Amino acid sequence: MSDSVQEQIAEVVKNNDVLLFMKGTPQMPQCGFSQRVCAILQEQGVPFAAINVLLDPAVREGIKTFSDWPTIPQLYVKGEFVGGCDIVSEMHEDGELATLLAPLKEGDSEAA
Amino acid sequence: MRSVNPEELKRLVCEHIEDADVEVRCYSGDDHFEMTVVSASFAGKPRIARHKMVYAALGDNMRAAVHALALKTKTPEEAAA
Repeated sequence: MSDSVQEQIAEVVKNNDVLLFMKGTPQMPQCGFSQRVCAILQEQGVPFAAINVLLDPAVREGIKTFSDWPTIPQLYVKGEFVGGCDIVSEMHEDGELATLLAPLKEGDSEAA
Repeated sequence: MRSVNPEELKRLVCEHIEDADVEVRCYSGDDHFEMTVVSASFAGKPRIARHKMVYAALGDNMRAAVHALALKTKTPEEAAA
């Protein structure tokens, strides 16, 4: 596990407000859990960046080291690791996710 | 992957998390479980930190458990809500 992968992951996490490490792509998820989190983010109506871990074994393992969490998908919001499929699902159901994502929705931006 | 014994998981969580109230239910066939852990020590912690506390308590069982277990973590106040 090279440090450069950890650095790359840290960089991309820092530069994307809503970032999903997933198996496959939002257009073609390769795993039900990844698919579910994509569907939730789409339902929330928040723009997100997605990284397909299946394209790079170093990233697939590296993200688990980065977050100290053993499974994929992994959702990051504003640089913070939020959780995987069941945490995101639970937060979606009880409204916590909407609250977290509210400032990041398109059209809500206060930037001129 | 070795199978997960829900009673064993429950015992481990109770041992490691102070005042934990643990409920385990089978919810699809017999290889998937739902575990609800209620503890005052979760107060003020985000979900991921709570889940990590539970998985830390499970130790070597964690990797199997993370796939076989739907985990809910609540403080006594949240459980009462």
